[in-house]
Amino acid sequence: MPEVLKAPLVVEFPFTRSLGPVQSAFLTALRQRVVLGVRTRDGRTLVPPVEYDPVTADELSDLVHVGVTGTVTTWAWNPAPRRGQPLDTPFAWVLVRLDNADTALLHALDAPGPDAVHTGMRVRIRWAEERVGAITDIACFEPDDEEAAEVTVHVGEFDDPVTGIVAEARLDYTYSPGRAQTAYIKALENERRAVGERCPSCRKVYVPPRGACPTCGVATSEQVEVGPAGTVTTFCIVNIKAKNLDIEVPYVYAHIALDGADLALHGRIGGIPYDQVRMGLRVEPVWTEDGRYPDHYRPTGEPDAEYDTYKELL
Amino acid sequence: MSRDIAVVAFAQSDTLRSTAELSEVEMLMPVLHEVLDRTGLKTADIGFTCSGSCDYLAGRAFSFTLALDGVGAWPPISESHVETDGAWALYEAWTKLVSGDADTALVYSYGKSSPGSLRDVLTRQLDPYYVAPLWPDSVALAALQAQALIDAGDTDERELAAIGARSRTTDNPHAQLKGPVPQGDYLVQPLRTGDCPPIGDGAAAVVLAAGERARELCERPAWIRGIDHRIEAHSLGVRDLTDSPSTRLAAEKAGAFERPVDTAELHAPFTSQEVVLRKALRLGDGVTINPSGGALAANPMMAAGLARIGEAAARIHRGESDRALAHATSGPCLQQNLVAVLEGDPR
Repeated sequence: MPEVLKAPLVVEFPFTRSLGPVQSAFLTALRQRVVLGVRTRDGRTLVPPVEYDPVTADELSDLVHVGVTGTVTTWAWNPAPRRGQPLDTPFAWVLVRLDNADTALLHALDAPGPDAVHTGMRVRIRWAEERVGAITDIACFEPDDEEAAEVTVHVGEFDDPVTGIVAEARLDYTYSPGRAQTAYIKALENERRAVGERCPSCRKVYVPPRGACPTCGVATSEQVEVGPAGTVTTFCIVNIKAKNLDIEVPYVYAHIALDGADLALHGRIGGIPYDQVRMGLRVEPVWTEDGRYPDHYRPTGEPDAEYDTYKELL
Repeated sequence: MSRDIAVVAFAQSDTLRSTAELSEVEMLMPVLHEVLDRTGLKTADIGFTCSGSCDYLAGRAFSFTLALDGVGAWPPISESHVETDGAWALYEAWTKLVSGDADTALVYSYGKSSPGSLRDVLTRQLDPYYVAPLWPDSVALAALQAQALIDAGDTDERELAAIGARSRTTDNPHAQLKGPVPQGDYLVQPLRTGDCPPIGDGAAAVVLAAGERARELCERPAWIRGIDHRIEAHSLGVRDLTDSPSTRLAAEKAGAFERPVDTAELHAPFTSQEVVLRKALRLGDGVTINPSGGALAANPMMAAGLARIGEAAARIHRGESDRALAHATSGPCLQQNLVAVLEGDPR
């Protein structure tokens, strides 16, 4: 088994999410150190409040104040906090039923250890110093022994309501390309050879190979060197500069069928004015000194390929 | 119109902590070939193909389209995909067969959890407004449920440890964790490492067939007598975490309570969740629970639920069960639940 290729892969996706009227009121109130619940028609108070009754699907809008203190309904001691979690020292995850609410809110409880936490214990909100209108405006809960608060109705209207949140997310992966693509990348990087794989059933050669023939559904295994030259089967002219890409526009991006391959790969065409690139143009790879793959393809100077020779590869 | 639909073949990969040397399709393909070989069918003979996977696991967008290469999807086949466990792909395929749109179906699912940090990845399925910003990981949420069960007197840590130990006494050759495993330290109290599923990569596949076609393809088909799936409210604080009304309702709709089952394959990734499921499904001591080891022995994400149906069916195929219940779950604290009831012809 050859050494497995690996590379870090970071996926980040900050979604901007708009809020419904109930969510907006709840998060705006948190910014002002107030907690709102929403009343259902049968008189229950849901916290955190939702736009629709989870049982009846009624649209909900009657907002009420609930306490900033409450009771733990279940808990779990987290000895090793993970990235993004509310506290970076060991803490308890808790579901807390705030005073005058009928449902529980998930958050963190700052406590010295698991022996200091139990179901039924009284807790109070510790507010974040900087509040923006997000669930994290509650920094966490902390132990409390005060009396329960009174419930009052809230109109849910604010001068400057929060209308959206930005939900940050980052996930870290270790990417591995698998057997077939590893072999392809290594031959390209180490020997500047394009090595495809042939389907044992239909005999087509795939470049780059992905390990399976999509027509036959069987593993490809026989390695076949293709190229280095090939034929432009189709192309487009790129007029918009991509972020972080140091290539002047306009340029041509093409499908190139390397000689011997039954599938075209992608590549940039250089060494020819963009408006002279054409289907059938014969091209060859151009490498930079320390390149791990061809930087681009340029014309070989050969006569153009006949359409019939590449029409099946379009 | 009513047609009898059966699971006629099941195959699965070994579940491994890492399969870095294989792409997803390279991991999946041998399982597809094995399940088709069991029936003698080829891709071209299959009426409908449905898969289950989740791009977040390996961080690869549209990975299911690459996985289709392993099926041989050209010329275009009749195909669909669900972004959840393959048990729900099986449900979709079952509806296709019941409605007469197809006579055979290939259902597969796979998950590579090894490229990412699974506990963190799974936080991204949570309510994005009130919950996901706190990054509560999958073990933490299961631990909240376990503590609620302990507080209610439904279980204790000793019983939970026994569930883990029993699960891992399986002789399932594909299991990732087998034999005595230390109960270990608290991962998130009250759950210890022994209460939690191993993290692994794997794949599973089944073939479904209708009526006489099923009898041609399998000596003793596992007939799907009923199948249903239900969901809980998404907010954890609204739910009674010690119970699973969605499982109970799905089981009722699937006909599980009409006659006793002899075997149950439950998709309970955490020991505490088996306690909830046994209660909701009214499973007595006479029922053989998870002879395959269940998710505590191998939990390939997106495939472990489908594998429960496959394992239950395979026992019927082998004559080791006459009436089996299979359950699959998805989401935190048993949020969504699917129940299928399978039967073999009388012997």
